[in-house]
Parts: sequence; structure tokens; C-alpha cells
Amino acid sequence: MIRDWFKSGTPWIWLNAAAVSASLIIVLGLLALIAVRGLGHFWPADVMQAQYTVPGSSAVTVIGELTDTESVSLEDLHSAGYTLKTDKLRVDRHLIKTGNRDVIGSDFRWLLEAYLSDVSYPQNIIALERREWGNFYGYLKTIKEDGKVVAEGDASWSELEQRLERVLDIFEQIREIEKGAIGDVNYAIEDLRLERRRLELGGEDTPENLKALVVKRQQFQKEYEVLQIQLNELYRIINRDSLTAEVMDGRVIDISLAKLVRIYRPNDLSVLGKVGFYFVRLWEFVSDEPREANTEGGIFPAIFGTVMMVLIMSMMVTPFGVIAAVYLREYAKQGPVTRTIRIAVNNLAGVPSIVYGVFGLGFFVYFLGGNIDHLFYPEALPAPTFGTPGILWSSLTLAILTVPVVIVATEEGLSRIPRAIREGSLALGATKAETLWRTIIPMATPAMMTGMILAIARAAGEVAPLMLVGVVKLAPSLPLDGNAPFLHLDRKFMHLGFHIYDVGFQSPNVEAARPLVYATALLLVVVIIILNLAAIYIRNRLREQYKGMES
Amino acid sequence: MLIQSLNRFFTNTGTSRFQWRGIKDRLMSICMGVGGISVIIAIVLIFFYLLYVVFPMFLPAKMDTVASYPRPAAQLGQTLHFAMEEQNEVAVRLTDQAYAVFFKARSGEVIDEVRLPLPAKAKVSSFTHGRLSSGLFIYGLDNGQVVVGQHQYDVSYPNDKRKITPRIEYPFGAKPIVADAQKRAIQQLALRSDEDQTTIVVVTEDGQLQLTHLQKEESMLSDEEDSASVQISSAMLPVVENIKSLLIEYGQRYLYVAEQSGYITVIDISEKTEPRFVERKQVVAEGIQINHMTFLTGGISLLIATSSGDVVQWFPVRRGENTELTHIRSFITEEKSGIRDIETEQRRKGFVTSSGQGVVAIHHSTAHSTIVSKKVSDYTIQHVAISPRADYVLAESADHHIQFVHVDNEHPEISWAVLWDKVWYESYEQPDYTWQSSSASNDFEPKYSLMPLAFGTLKAAFYAMLFAVPLAIMGAIYTAYFMAPKMRTYVKPSIEIMEALPTVILGFLAGLWLAPVIESHLVGVFAMLLLLPLGVLIFALAWQQLPASIRSLVPDGWQAALLIPVLFILGWMALSFSAPMESVLFSGDMKGWLDRHFGLGYDQRNSMVVGIAMGVAVIPTIFSITEDAIFSVPKHLTFGSLALGATPWQTMSRVVLLTASPGIFSAVMIGMGRAVGETMIVLMATGNTPVMDLSIFQGMRTLSANIAVEMPESEVDSTHYRILFLAALVLFAFTFMFNTVAEIVRHRLRKKYSSL
Repeated sequence: MIRDWFKSGTPWIWLNAAAVSASLIIVLGLLALIAVRGLGHFWPADVMQAQYTVPGSSAVTVIGELTDTESVSLEDLHSAGYTLKTDKLRVDRHLIKTGNRDVIGSDFRWLLEAYLSDVSYPQNIIALERREWGNFYGYLKTIKEDGKVVAEGDASWSELEQRLERVLDIFEQIREIEKGAIGDVNYAIEDLRLERRRLELGGEDTPENLKALVVKRQQFQKEYEVLQIQLNELYRIINRDSLTAEVMDGRVIDISLAKLVRIYRPNDLSVLGKVGFYFVRLWEFVSDEPREANTEGGIFPAIFGTVMMVLIMSMMVTPFGVIAAVYLREYAKQGPVTRTIRIAVNNLAGVPSIVYGVFGLGFFVYFLGGNIDHLFYPEALPAPTFGTPGILWSSLTLAILTVPVVIVATEEGLSRIPRAIREGSLALGATKAETLWRTIIPMATPAMMTGMILAIARAAGEVAPLMLVGVVKLAPSLPLDGNAPFLHLDRKFMHLGFHIYDVGFQSPNVEAARPLVYATALLLVVVIIILNLAAIYIRNRLREQYKGMES
Repeated sequence: MLIQSLNRFFTNTGTSRFQWRGIKDRLMSICMGVGGISVIIAIVLIFFYLLYVVFPMFLPAKMDTVASYPRPAAQLGQTLHFAMEEQNEVAVRLTDQAYAVFFKARSGEVIDEVRLPLPAKAKVSSFTHGRLSSGLFIYGLDNGQVVVGQHQYDVSYPNDKRKITPRIEYPFGAKPIVADAQKRAIQQLALRSDEDQTTIVVVTEDGQLQLTHLQKEESMLSDEEDSASVQISSAMLPVVENIKSLLIEYGQRYLYVAEQSGYITVIDISEKTEPRFVERKQVVAEGIQINHMTFLTGGISLLIATSSGDVVQWFPVRRGENTELTHIRSFITEEKSGIRDIETEQRRKGFVTSSGQGVVAIHHSTAHSTIVSKKVSDYTIQHVAISPRADYVLAESADHHIQFVHVDNEHPEISWAVLWDKVWYESYEQPDYTWQSSSASNDFEPKYSLMPLAFGTLKAAFYAMLFAVPLAIMGAIYTAYFMAPKMRTYVKPSIEIMEALPTVILGFLAGLWLAPVIESHLVGVFAMLLLLPLGVLIFALAWQQLPASIRSLVPDGWQAALLIPVLFILGWMALSFSAPMESVLFSGDMKGWLDRHFGLGYDQRNSMVVGIAMGVAVIPTIFSITEDAIFSVPKHLTFGSLALGATPWQTMSRVVLLTASPGIFSAVMIGMGRAVGETMIVLMATGNTPVMDLSIFQGMRTLSANIAVEMPESEVDSTHYRILFLAALVLFAFTFMFNTVAEIVRHRLRKKYSSL
């Protein structure tokens, strides 16, 4: 019977069905994995306290978040130097995020399930998010002002919350001055330096001109000094308060409030409180700047850089792609040459993106950029202005990379427009240009939109070429700011995709940064899938429309 | 045509509106033509730009004589050695009367003459130079003393013009050093000096070898350089007869003594007081004499110029515990009169030779080729020197004329063999394919074999296809032919949307999530290969046995939905039983077991991880095109087959698949093209070591990942830069070819369908 069953071919059909199911599981599993890990990152996990007793040494107290559990074979443990008396082949071990990197040296610690005892979740454990050294977990002891204790015991928590607000306020002012005002002054001083060099190169460095520059410079210098005094004062008052807290090994350490970003008592939070907290952190993630070598904080500059680059790219790619498509479909003589070009353009979409990166680096950055520098920015040389990777070159490179996408999509749209419409327009006496402008192009607009959206989706996810033509792990300033000429096309920028690569693989503390990478990946995936769905939707609607027209 | 319309416009204004429309029409078509063609040209530009950057690598080198002038300061003796400084402005001629004559390299105009401080009545009896880049040289005298000098150049910019002032330094003081206490004349000598120590070996007139070792004493109390004291130790070395040349290796551990008769003796001088004989080897054929011996830059390879006009390269190769001087390659020149002089480039593995017929030739050792040769004089070229940047050559002919020759030789290290063949690199035990591009030091021999990279690329693509092709094609078959139409409208887009998933995300998941999972569940992963198909078949068989009432709950064509939970459970089972199975079958350590039984090492980020991740990236591509090809097989073919009594599967495998096979082929080609060029996944999911190993448990480095890693650091227009462009060009050509073939096949297929 089994033989007959095989002969009928049914098993093969089932196996083919299994292939579809497997592919679906992979697709959905991937998305689910990214979503769960990415979204889980912002949830404030409970912090546990436990006794950890390795036989032969005294018990130690452990405080931390449980982040992972896995089972290991006894052999592996044995080779790691543990001897465990159990009849099981494998035992569980937990990865605990103990924080306090400054005190104990590392953020994470593996603990064997078998040695853990007295697990509890005390209400008064505090978690501090800090600007450096990662999280802190422990018990709050006292609050100090200028080294004198002002609050102790239960009162200290509310005192801490109040004082932290003040400190965060001052910190915000400091940041405003450093990033904003001082940044502007520095920019202006650098401008003056370039101006002076320009005068020298042009032979116009007359004493009057130079003197004017010096006067301006002194003015800025004065401004700078005033700001510096303000800044020093702020730094003095921000360091007024500090707290003392007990860590898990019983030591009491001193932490300045200036170092704190956020404080919470994870085990004391209600579910609603946790939800609120969750959204606060989510908001921080999309709106704030990264901290601690990109492993903490937000990814705002990366989002901004990606959007900016994609916008510039689409401004370039759409008109040119559409013109090329209209030319190929409407004006070029349809023959072997056009067909060859069409195939070639089609195939360019399949050329590896890194090849475009190499081209961009060689042609745009070194050749075009180098020549632009010599012609227009000689005063800055030997420091390159456009002769170095930057956002303009990245956008141009990606424009070339995605132009085949736009061409193919637009051409498809044009070819779907029924002949009758074209002929009707011409028969009514319209010229070819009028036919094109008044009927064909409006009808093909959705196709162009599709092409543009697909191009944007492709560009947003592309990383390899950008690594060569302008992306950096940490850009000191955004490509758009308040200093004339406002849009700085020569600047380097941060990018979501590169952020994933960099934080996930180049970061010194991969374990701590991993959740953040998942969150970044989730954001990128969501954006790209939405873009693609939009393109598919528009395309399908377009097809329906033409079907209706032809019948 | 535009002018015509304008003419008509002006001559006949009555119908101006009509005319104006005509002009607009023309204008538009011109704009469109210009715009469209320029966009297409811009795209095509990529290919030509890559070619333009790569091309200079394959241009032949050139030599042109720039100037020729009589030997400057001829009265100051015969030339012993030439050298040029960095800017090729000033050259120096060291003579046998112990003069250093500095002159302008372009005109021969003498700038300065410096007489070295020889003791009274002492005469020069021998000469040699130290490392060329250091400018060190040493004169051996007939009273057993030596004088060490160094030619140095100060660059200053008075009035914004470069001025180079040459001078002679005496690093060990102007007082001669006693190299032979018995005051015998020195016939041959060798000098090697670095920051801490200096070794001088001399051969006295009666054939004795004497070693002098100067060591800088680290003064604990003061940091000043000058305060270092000098220690001298001399030692008698084993006697070797008829010595032609002496060389001390850069680490000052070995001394090479060349005899005129064609033998080289290696002496271990790491213990300066107790030299030890290592080996004596015949390096040229019987009857041929050694004319010259010198080190290639880096001090590892010996270049031996012979009386028969050849140059042979030897270096010590590790054989077990010891090293053995081994013949690596020979450069055969046509010069039967023998090589007169040989000098090495300072920053590359090239060297220049001169011959009795007045020919100067430049060779490159790694490329194993004579790059360029030119007859610059009718007389014998007795001395030849090459500038630090290897762009000028000075040659002195027997008629006492100096030829100043410009050399255009930017990329000597590239040849077909270097890129694609095994090459015997310095310090390697045998010829090998190696990619190792950069190092801080000029002594490093760059290894530009594209083989390991091409191999890695194909390996990654192969494993990706191994994973993707069965899944994608089988899935496409089911989706296009057996699946219920309603389910198809959901399934197809959701698999296709995967194509848009950024590969950086796949790479990140592969490197940080999949690689550890596979490592810890290795047995489970392999068990899955067996368990999943088997489980599906058993489930299918069981399903058939179920009463029809239950079976009819799931309509035909929805099997795939039914199988999702089944596969999920099977997969989960395989993974969770991985650990117990590993304990039972492989005593808890499959990686160790593999290593013990098959000698397979295990990298966490290996080909399996890359194969799966890249497989996931190409599944949508292959799936989508295959599905289209199968779905568009004309329905009357399948209906005919079914009507004749074939089962659906028979129809599928005998009719539909056959008809759609060109489409499937093109899908695989396009998938392959994508896998070959993928960068981020391989960059993140492998260790990026350029090894040539087919093992699924080892990583690789691909062409694309290599570009991403090395391009930002490579110097513009250097050989390395151009080779990376070549790699990009290879990728471009490769994928373009794949895609074009696929496209043409698909085009044909579409035509065939429309005719059916």
C-alpha cells in the first residue's frame, strides 16, 4: 500500500507543501524574533536578590535582572572548572545582569541554578540608569548635599526624585550651551579661520581685511568666554548632590546625581507604572542621542541620518529614473538596441551593492569630491570638504543603485497603459508631448510612486555601499542644523543599518548592547515592510484600474 | 528640426499657436532624449569607471633616459656605490678614495664633496652599504679598521622653495673602528645595524672572518641617546675560502657567506661570541660563478646574480625543527655576459640589474617577472642604483657616463600568476594561495592572491544555494500548482516581502543569534534534516488514514497550513532533544567528536550559518521567479495531461516542470548572482578569514566582504586600491553575466509560452 502511495506522488506533494510551510515559518519566525526581542528591551524587568553559594566558598548576595536561561552539559561545566554532584546530564544556568560595571568589573554573570537560594524581589531595590558605566542596582542609603547627609532611610527616595529633577534640568542647560551656543561659536570661529585662509590664497590678505577678521574673532572669543563661565557655574552646581547606595557585596558607594539619567524601583512598580515606564523608554529610544559608545540611550541621529539620506536620494532618483523610463518606452525606437538597454538596466538592479559603493568612493568621493575641493574649497585644504565620504555622496551612490528600480517600475506602468488611450489622444490632435504630459504621465503616476517607494525601501536597508561612502558610527553633528548654510551635505551621518552592524559587532560590550540592536532592527524592519506593503498596494490597485479600462 | 520649426514659426505667425505646440513637442522630445540617454550613460559609466581604475595595473612599465652626463668629480676616484634621496634631486657617489660626492641627479652638477676621515696612510680596501633606506655605508681599510658613514639629507623651505642639503654623518663617531686587531687589510665586509645593536663582519686578506658587535648600553640613569656606551666583542668565525660577498640578516642572527665558486655558507651568529656553522649549499650550477649577492627588501630573500646572467632567489624555509636555504625561483635574462650590478628597491620586492651590454632591467620577485628592460648605453653598466620611490635609476657605464633614467613602474607586483596561482611567499613553507594585503612595514611582502576570496565567495554561494534551492523551488511548485488560490494570495506576498528585508538584519541575526544557537544545538540541527521530511511523510500517511469527515475539514490545497504546526513541533523536538542526543551519541561534545574523528575544526561563525542566512536572503528571489514560471505554464497543457489520466504529480513532474525548467534555471541563476555579491551577511556571519577550506564548519572571506573591510583603509591609486577595484569589477562582471543569461532565458520562455 505504501508503495502505491509513493507511486501516486502524494508524498512529494506533501513534501512540497512542507517547503512552503518551512519558508513561512522562517519568515514569520524571523519577524517574531525581532519583534519580541526588540520590544522586550524597554520593559523594566524585576530585579532579584538571591544567595549564591558555590561549594567550598562562602555565600554571596547577588542582585540583578534575569536576562537569559540555558541548559549546559556537565562536561562543559566540568571543563570550566565546576564539579556538580547530580544525576542529571544537564543543568540550568542563568545569565544575570548585575550592572555596577564600575564596582565589579562586568555587567553580566552566569549563575548555576543549583547554587542559587533565597530568591526574593525586595521592594526597595533601586535601579539607576547612568550616563556611564551602565546600570546600577542596589539599596539607597542616604542623600547628600555638598557631602552632608540631608536625607536618610525611607525619606531619601522622594528626596532623590526631587533632586534628580533639578539635576536633569541643569544637565539640559549644560547640553544646550555645549551643543548649541558653544557649537555655534566654534563653527563661526572655524569659518573665520577659513575666511582668513581664503583671503591669503586670493592675495587679499591686506592688513585691513585681516584686522576685521581679528576683531570678529575677538568678539566670538568673548562670547565663548562668557559661555564658558556659565558652563563652569552649571558644572559646579550640578555636582552638588550625591547619593550613597549599598551594592550587593555590602559595600556602600557614592554616586553623583549628575551621572544619573533615570531612577526607578523596578519591584515596586505596578503593571500600569511599568507600562508608563515602557513608553518613556521607547520614546527615549527614538528621540534621544546614544550614550556609552552607542550601547545605551537612543538612536535619534541614526533615524535622522537615514531619513535625510533617503530624502536627498529620492529627490535625485525619481526625476531621472522617470525621464529614462519615459524615454525608453515612449521616445526610443523599439529595436534590438533598446531591448539590450532594457535588459542591461534590469540587470543592474542585480549587481551587488558593494560594487556601487566602490564606484561611489572612487568616482564621487575621490574624483568629483577631490576636484570640487580644489575648485571651491581651497582654503580648507589639505583637510577635505567634499573629498571625503559624506551624506551627499551616499545619496548619490544610492541613487545610482536604485535608479534601475524606478526605471523598471515606471516602464511597467507605462506599458500597462492601453494603446487606445494614447491613440485617442493623438487622434484628437494632441501632440506627442501633450499626450504624454496630460494623459500618460498622470496615469502612470502610481507606477512612479511604486518605483520611488521601492527605491526608498531598498535604500533604507542598504548598508554595504554606505560603509565606503559616508556613514560613521558616531557623527558629532547632524547634517541639518542652525548654522548657515543649514544643510551640510559634506557631513558624515549615522544610519540605522550601519548602527545595527556597528553596535552588534564592533561594540566593546556586545552583551549589553544586544537588546538595543534588536530594537533598532525592529524599527528598520517595520519601516521597510510598511514601505513595501504600500508599494504592493498601489501596484495592485493600478493593475485593477487598467484591467477595468481595457475591458 | 528645432530650427526648422523656429523658421516656420517666424515666417508664418498666423498659426502661431499651432506652431508653438509643435516647438514644445520637439523640445520635449529633445529633453527626454538627452535626459534618458544621459541617465543610461551614467549607469553604464560604473563599468567603465571600474575598468579605468583597474586598467593601469596591466599597463606595461616604461623607462626613459632623462639625462646623461659624465661622472661628476671624476678625479676623486672610481665609483663604489650610488644612492639618491627621496625627492630624486640629490644623488651621492661614494668613491674608492673615500670621497662622498653629492651631485644633482638631473644635471650631474657637483653640490658637495666630503672626504671621509681616514687615518693617515690608510687606503680603502673594501666597501659595502647597510640597509639602503638608512643610507649607511662602511669602508674597510688596509690597516684592519673600518669607517662607518651615513648619507643624510635635510630638507628646508627657504622662500617657499624646497632646498635639500646633503651631509655625511658618523653614527659611531668619526674615529675608525678596529675590526681586526692584527691590522690585516680588509677584503670583504658586511654591516647590519638597528636601534640596539650593530654587527660588522670582515674578511681579512688571509681569509679570516672577524665579527665585531657593538651594542648600545641602555643607561638607566639618563634617557639621552648619546650616553649609550658601545661594547665591542670580536670573534673568529669558521674559515670559508674565496669569499665573494658577505651578508648579515636583518635580525643579526645569521651570516651568509657567498663563495665565488657558487656556494653559500650559513653561520648562526645569534651568540656573537660563539658562531655556529649551519649549512653550506651550492646555489648555482657547476661552473657558474656568483657575481653579486644582496638581500631583497625585508632581509629574508637572498638574490644571487651569476656570471651566466641569471638571478636566483633563495631564502631559508622551515623544515621541521630547522630552516634550510631553499631555491625559490630564477630570473633568466638574456645577458650571456653576466649581471654586473644588482640593487633592490627600498619599499617593494623589486630589484634592478645591469649587464655587460648596457641593459638595465627591473624585475619583481613576487610576480616572478622582468617588468621592463632597456638598453641605456653601448658600454657595460658597472653600477646601478634605484631611488627610494623606485621611479628613477642611476646607471654608470664603463665610459664613465651616468645615465639618469625615469621609470614608470607603479604596479610591478601584479601578474596573472600572482592573482590566480600559487606563489611561494617569503617565510612560507611552500607555494600557496594567500590574501594578506597590508602591513605597517615596507619589508612586508604583500600577498594578493584572489583565489581564496573567489573560493570563499563561491563557497558561501554554494552553501546558500544548497539551503535555498530545494526549499524555494519545492515551495514554488506547491504554491503555483497545488495551493488553494485563496491561500496563495497570502503566501506569495509574505514570502516575497522577505526580499526587501535588509541583509544587515539577516547578518546580525545570523551572527548573534543563529550562530550560538547552532553551536549549542549542533546535533539537533542535523537531526532536523532527517526528522523533518520523515515526520512530514509520517504525518501525511496518518492523515490519509483519518476518516474522510475529518479530512474534509481541511480543503485540498491547504496542506501547507496544516503542516506549519507539525513542522514547528518537529523542529522544536529536534532542538530540545539535541542535548540528550549529543550526550548519548557524542559523549556530550559533537564538536570535539568531529575534531577527533575527522579533524574538522569548528568555527562558531561558519559556512552553515552563512548558508542558512544567505539562503533566507535568496529564497524569496528564487521562489518568486520559479513560481511565476510555473504559474504561467499554459493551462491547456496541464488539462491535457490530466485528461489523459495522469495524476497531478505526474502532470507536475513530466509536463509542467519540463516546460518551466528554463524559468527555474533563470531563477537559480539570479539567486546565485545575489548570493555571490551579498556583503553584509558574510561580513557579519563569518570570521572573515581568507582560508581555502571546503568544510561546512569553517568560515571564509568573500570578495565583497573583503572590499567592505579593506577599501576604507586602502591608499588611493595604490596597487591594493586597484586590486580591490578589480575585485569589484570581477563581481560586477560575474553577476551581470549571470543575470543576463537568466534574463535571456526568461525572455525566450515568455515567447515560447505566448506561441503555445
